[in-house]
Amino acid sequence: MATITHEEAHVHVHGPELQHQFETPEQQKEAATLGMWAFLVTEIMLFGGIFMAYIVYRWAFPEAWEEAAAMLNTPLAAVNTVVLLVSSLTVALAVNAAEEGNKRRLLTMLVLTMMLGLTFLLIKGYEYSEKFAHCAGAKDPISWITGSDLHESHECLVPGRNFMFPSEHEATGSGHGAAKTGMMQSGHQLFFFLYFCATGLHAIHMIIGLGVMSTITVMALRNTFSPTYYTPVEIGGLYWHLIDIIWVFLFPLFYLV
Amino acid sequence: MATLSLPQSSYIRDNSRTFTEWLKSWLLTVDHKRIAILYLLSINFFFLLGGLAATLVRVELITPQGDLMSSDVYNRAFTLHGVIMVFFFLIPSIPAVLGNFLVPLMIGARDLAFPRLNLLSWYLYMIGGLFALIAAVFGGVDTGWTFYTPFSSTYSNSNVVMTITGAFIMGFSSILTGLNFIVTIHKMRAPGLTWFRLPLFIWANYATSIIQILATPVLGIALLLVVVERLWGVGIYDPALGGDPLLFQHLFWFYSHPAVYIMILPAMGVISELISTFSRKRIFGYEFIAFSSIAIAILGFLVWGHHMFVSSQSVYAGLIFSFITMLVAIPSAIKVFNWTATLYKGSISYRTPMLYALGFIGLFVIGGLTGIFLGVTAVDLHVTDTYFVVAHFHYVMVGGTIMAYLGGIHFWWPKMTGRMYNETWGSIAALIIFVGFNMTFFPQFILGYLGMPRRYHVYPPEFQVLHVMSTAGASILAIGFIVPLIYLGISLRKGRIAGDNPWGATGLEWKTSSPPPTYNFDKTPIVTEEAYAYPPEAAERDAASWRPGSPL
Repeated sequence: MATITHEEAHVHVHGPELQHQFETPEQQKEAATLGMWAFLVTEIMLFGGIFMAYIVYRWAFPEAWEEAAAMLNTPLAAVNTVVLLVSSLTVALAVNAAEEGNKRRLLTMLVLTMMLGLTFLLIKGYEYSEKFAHCAGAKDPISWITGSDLHESHECLVPGRNFMFPSEHEATGSGHGAAKTGMMQSGHQLFFFLYFCATGLHAIHMIIGLGVMSTITVMALRNTFSPTYYTPVEIGGLYWHLIDIIWVFLFPLFYLV
Repeated sequence: MATLSLPQSSYIRDNSRTFTEWLKSWLLTVDHKRIAILYLLSINFFFLLGGLAATLVRVELITPQGDLMSSDVYNRAFTLHGVIMVFFFLIPSIPAVLGNFLVPLMIGARDLAFPRLNLLSWYLYMIGGLFALIAAVFGGVDTGWTFYTPFSSTYSNSNVVMTITGAFIMGFSSILTGLNFIVTIHKMRAPGLTWFRLPLFIWANYATSIIQILATPVLGIALLLVVVERLWGVGIYDPALGGDPLLFQHLFWFYSHPAVYIMILPAMGVISELISTFSRKRIFGYEFIAFSSIAIAILGFLVWGHHMFVSSQSVYAGLIFSFITMLVAIPSAIKVFNWTATLYKGSISYRTPMLYALGFIGLFVIGGLTGIFLGVTAVDLHVTDTYFVVAHFHYVMVGGTIMAYLGGIHFWWPKMTGRMYNETWGSIAALIIFVGFNMTFFPQFILGYLGMPRRYHVYPPEFQVLHVMSTAGASILAIGFIVPLIYLGISLRKGRIAGDNPWGATGLEWKTSSPPPTYNFDKTPIVTEEAYAYPPEAAERDAASWRPGSPL
């Protein structure tokens, strides 16, 4: 059994970023990339559970699903989709800039990405607050915060004890088909439950993604990256793309279908 | 072989002068071998805890009346036993202890691909364990380890959220370990170590890791939704709120059936190593054993519905699940036949690890065959939720996984510590465990077939004889688990120095010193031969030179 010593294996020059357990920078990079891909698989399985629940209940309550989906703010979500798709582009450009060793462009693209991510979260936050404002009896989030123009709530789409779907309100008012209303209410509530769970989990990933991007930005500021070593940018970018892709599925499932 | 002292420098020794420094060097270590030792200690602690809960259950069942505890306390006792044993012992046992220690050694690497992630997964395990412990201290859970809804999400008055949080966090520890193994096995193999030269233990752990990263997130989300439903009263599983309790069962068993293979596959990997080493033969049908691990991992994802034959699942779905369940028997049988064929004309030495391995084969066959009974819908309807099921999965989990875990611990003990344990006591303990185990669980097959339901602490008097027998067996089993703790502990100070390769085994882990140095190998090994490369005449030579008292 022949052997080679570590000294021999390490004669070639490499940066300080090579960790002790790896022989070569290429090995380290391949390991990191494969690790990220494997992690993305687990993320997809995590969302898979919610998609499964979505399929089951869509099957069980097709009408409720259709009515509930109409209550969501589709234009805002469409804007958000565009925002995210553009951020995918800027991330890809950031990876490209890192590959070329163009620090200036890398930083620009990272900051742009983070701003787009933040925009997404703000719009999402506005969408959520709309729903909560309706529960409190306000017309829109601004009047909810200022406390003006409050009236009795006819609509509450946040799942829970106060859940109230507008058409049900009328139905109970006119008093026909209580059993059917009960079933429909369950369907509507399940829709919004899944909506808040899925988009909320997505938003949490977005916040983590922003953390990852800011870490990478700090690393870039400290000149950690070079054309031969930019693995963090690449795998951070992979993670960002995953967040985008999940949204690309969530958007049609909840808003369009 | 003739080493008289432990190596001057090894992963266990360090230069810390104060106690705090020493503690830091362990708790902040990124060395896979030290993390394996951390896991060994913590996992065995949970094993003892789960064992205590089992003791309570068995003692209560001595008499047909409920005289030791109320039904509520009894529910909490068996739930504690189930949750601790499944999530905090069986799932991490072999991968996290033996896998962590051996994967880099066996493939000639200096460490896992992501050492810090490895440490993080130990901390996640401990935090998850802490949650489960706190939940137990403040009254426990009464849902059973399966957390079935809507009982768990709406009606139960116990610490469901706390326990589920513990299991959820532990799940991430499991995912990270699997991820680390996959990357390590793909990218860190020594030069010349091709896939078909890998030890079968590596193949088994690779298959396990695939299940861990694919299935565990689904359990995570399923449990998370239980917590959301419980905390905010919004329905996803509760039929009163429009939800579907079957959805929970589907999502839960989508993880928890593959989880059974997370428990047994690494055990099968250990057995392949033991059988080959102690028969002095190449393993028979290497490729078949390797691919049967992958086949079990894949098929394992398609059979979860056999836990739900009596739920309102469609009859046709039940038939398909039943059929695929039969298919899992094929790769399992391939392994058993190949191990048996390896024994044929081998020079078999009945050392302690081999006793566990042979015990494993016998018990796993019983466990596996009764699994086929249960996979047949007609039989399953009769014995669902009876002691037959309990006996079946204990034959696989205790008779399979724990036998392999103990066999593996004994086999690699000299590598981990550099010292040999007392062989006589080792054999005695192995025999006690085998006898105690069968006495505990075989009567339960009969009990279950006669109709004794699981999870009840009061039962008709005609079942008492079998229950007393089972409890008596459990006490013998408990002694069998305590004896190794004693002689293994003694061996740490007084054991004979083992030397690099006390078993004369093949495999890269035996080519470095015992205990290994921090970076495992002084020189990166280059592999030029297949695994288990015992020369063809090794068994004959070994048998010819045998004399009473010879080491192998």
